[in-house]
Amino acid sequence: MLMPAANQAQMARRSEFLSALRAIVPGEGVIDDHAALAAYECDGLMAYRQRPLAVVLPESVQQVSRVLAYCHSVGLNVVPRGAGTSLSGGALPLADGIVLGLGKFNRILEIDYDNRCVVVQPCVTNVAVTDAVASEGFYYAPDPSSQIICSIGGNIAENSGGVHCLKYGMTSNNLLGLELVLIDGTIMRLGGKHLDPAALDLLGLVCGSEGLLCVVTEATVRILRTPETQRALLLGFREVESAGACVAAVIAAGVVPAAMEIMDRIAIHAAEAFVHVGYPLDVEALLLIELDGVEEEVDYLIDIVRQIGTQCGSVSTRTSSSEQQRKSFWAGRKAAFPAMGKISPDFYCVDGTIPRRELPHVLRTIGALSASYGLRVANVFHAGDGNLHPLILYDADRAGELERAEELGAAILKLCVEVGGVLTGEHGVGVEKRDLMDVQFKQADLDQQQRLKCAFDDCGLLNPGKVFPRLHRCAEMGRMHVHRGALRFADIERL
Amino acid sequence: MTVPDTWSPTDAGEVAAAVNDALASGQTLELLGGGSRRRLGRPVDADVLLDLSLISGIVSYQAEELVLVVAPATPLAEIRTELEHKNQHLAFEPPAFGPLWGDTSASGTIGGAIMIGRGGARRLTAGGARDHVLGVKGVNGFGEAFAAGGRVVKNVTGFDLSKLVTGSFGTLCAVTELTLKVLPRPADAATLVIFGLDDEAAVVAMRQALNLLPVQVSSAAHLPAAVAPASTIKAIADPGVAATLLRIEGFGPSVTARLANLKSALADVGPCVTLDAKASATVWSEVSDATFFAAGVAPLWRLSVPPARGAVLGARLAQQLECRHYYDLAGGAIWLETSAADDAHALAIRGALQEVVAGDGHATLMRASDDVRRSTPPFQPLTPVVADLTERVRRNFDPRRIFNPGRMYA
Repeated sequence: MLMPAANQAQMARRSEFLSALRAIVPGEGVIDDHAALAAYECDGLMAYRQRPLAVVLPESVQQVSRVLAYCHSVGLNVVPRGAGTSLSGGALPLADGIVLGLGKFNRILEIDYDNRCVVVQPCVTNVAVTDAVASEGFYYAPDPSSQIICSIGGNIAENSGGVHCLKYGMTSNNLLGLELVLIDGTIMRLGGKHLDPAALDLLGLVCGSEGLLCVVTEATVRILRTPETQRALLLGFREVESAGACVAAVIAAGVVPAAMEIMDRIAIHAAEAFVHVGYPLDVEALLLIELDGVEEEVDYLIDIVRQIGTQCGSVSTRTSSSEQQRKSFWAGRKAAFPAMGKISPDFYCVDGTIPRRELPHVLRTIGALSASYGLRVANVFHAGDGNLHPLILYDADRAGELERAEELGAAILKLCVEVGGVLTGEHGVGVEKRDLMDVQFKQADLDQQQRLKCAFDDCGLLNPGKVFPRLHRCAEMGRMHVHRGALRFADIERL
Repeated sequence: MTVPDTWSPTDAGEVAAAVNDALASGQTLELLGGGSRRRLGRPVDADVLLDLSLISGIVSYQAEELVLVVAPATPLAEIRTELEHKNQHLAFEPPAFGPLWGDTSASGTIGGAIMIGRGGARRLTAGGARDHVLGVKGVNGFGEAFAAGGRVVKNVTGFDLSKLVTGSFGTLCAVTELTLKVLPRPADAATLVIFGLDDEAAVVAMRQALNLLPVQVSSAAHLPAAVAPASTIKAIADPGVAATLLRIEGFGPSVTARLANLKSALADVGPCVTLDAKASATVWSEVSDATFFAAGVAPLWRLSVPPARGAVLGARLAQQLECRHYYDLAGGAIWLETSAADDAHALAIRGALQEVVAGDGHATLMRASDDVRRSTPPFQPLTPVVADLTERVRRNFDPRRIFNPGRMYA
């Protein structure tokens, strides 16, 4: 993966930049020590590392604004960073740019039960929002698996999902308002505690823009009533096809479970060896279905889903009868990633979405690819919404294995697009999938996205090298190429 | 005023050709589907009417994938029928505003519904139009056909242009295809009606229903005494007093249990009745479509505010103006019909809005004469920085302002 070549002229001005940034963020808010910068050299995609020119840790929105305005004035690149848990390299630094760390923006500003929302600074962790409102019977719905450490600001940048998003939506569906700063230092508010935008839905555009459009300094998120009851079913199948058919049948019956997760044989065995929760080991696929709501509803739906499971050929069925048991059903699924660490020195988590009906074909093809690349692949699958997470097992100490793992990952993502799916369901494009964007989008599609980038950041200073395989100058993007020719509609009947 | 030419492309390729022709000849385009929402926003004075009504039909429907792909001029009625075969629906409950101008013949097209970007009463809990658009294809003002989003329900690849195009009133591009998320239709529904509450008490009751009780209300509205009699549901209209509506939807046993919970928790709030699924469907489409104000000519506004502030603002407006109003979205939306005025009382309404919610909300003029909508901005004036950014975004879709010029802002 090639990042844009560092601008040596900018690197040469480092001390000038540092003193100007220190004038805005005094004290320890500007980090330039080589050793200290190491802490920021990568995010959750640890295969890529780069020390930034400096790290700036502002404490107020005014400081953010002044830092950005300064960077804008001197053409200095900026990589915004929250908790640094991106799995796609969204916060990978640049040698000739600063990392703008939002770590000091870690306060919950307001809990508003009357309007069912919470106002937070961007580096409040995802789970802290739920923790803050749980005592009153509320929670924040998006729950990416990194929720203990990932930040709301990062969730907004990536439009993060989680296991419950088929029923409760992704971050963008749970975001009401933002305060943000543009690269020229302009501070603005979008949305608030009301629903629906006044005009163009800029809030919807900013969410999921991977740090390329602006820096978020405050967010208003929706909170929901915690469901009264949650129960889970664990269904084992001899064939992956049957598990996939069962998911389709549940949806066809009009049931939208809180979560539907499929694990394949390798994932089941690894998880069971890791947490010992009694997963069946003689099945090819395990389907975990969670239902939530009032008790009467959950009881009713559990019966329906159990029947569907039987009709679809489940060979083992367990239904949680206690909260402890429900959590044990989840324990294996939630341990799937760390469990890979037990059976392989390294693993690489791929993230694509497919139409669910393609699951058997896709898993078979992944199996064939796995054999031809000589790397094992375990599959966990947010089955409800078609979001597939193949986990490629490799050993970075063996020459060429990381590269082979990445090639296999790219082949799997191309397969996802081929069958009608997309490159990323929830981890973002970042640097990881940047060069695959052409697989999913035509040039005109990418051009239109890049023009939006130009509307926010016409010098391309915010998070360059991410998302787009090629960067065009904004002047070029704005050029019109109209081919004056035969007016095809000139002869159409006039009213 | 001269009657503009009409171009009627029959497929996406012809739409692109039409846009290129317009660019080449320096002409502007008014985009039109079914026309039922044409009188929302500012009147458009364009050289050519780009009639998209032939770009119609269901492209693909994968019920088990929860994905529907349609051409923009597909009638909502056709989509509803198709989805009903699989017990599914568009959960955001797209409103039909034709009746506001006395046109009850059609519920409009999906393209129109997405371009105005509004949800109905279920928007409170199921999200708005923006939350159900997975992908768009269109032709931008550079004359290029482009696609954004995808055809699966979960996707974060690239910028989310689908949300931006939703609610853009045709000012960004000519849409040629939409991919939508569909969901199972609730098997059963019921509505609890509580009578006689004033606005403030109603907002409190709606909040209670949403916040305190294990009932999962899907919609909450309040019809003051001046509006409730306009309902076609006798149980609501006949008492002649205010009616607060709480909708519960889901599987039968769930609806029964939640309704019982709701009744027992709100038992002492006021006298109530329960509406069955059929009556429930009728009254919620009245709430969503604002049919209480159908076929009138008086200015009609829709205000969007933090729900808990709704009653304060409603009471102030009722005091200041000669008007009728009701609340949807648990107080978060106020529909307000005023007496006629040169500015449709925009100054008073937006002034009160500013005082009560200080920028956290907006007032949209949903019905007024062409003259009024020309001179009074139908959309809330934006702060200068947001207005600048909005204009830069628009210009990056349509630099020569050929699509629906002036529809959102003059």
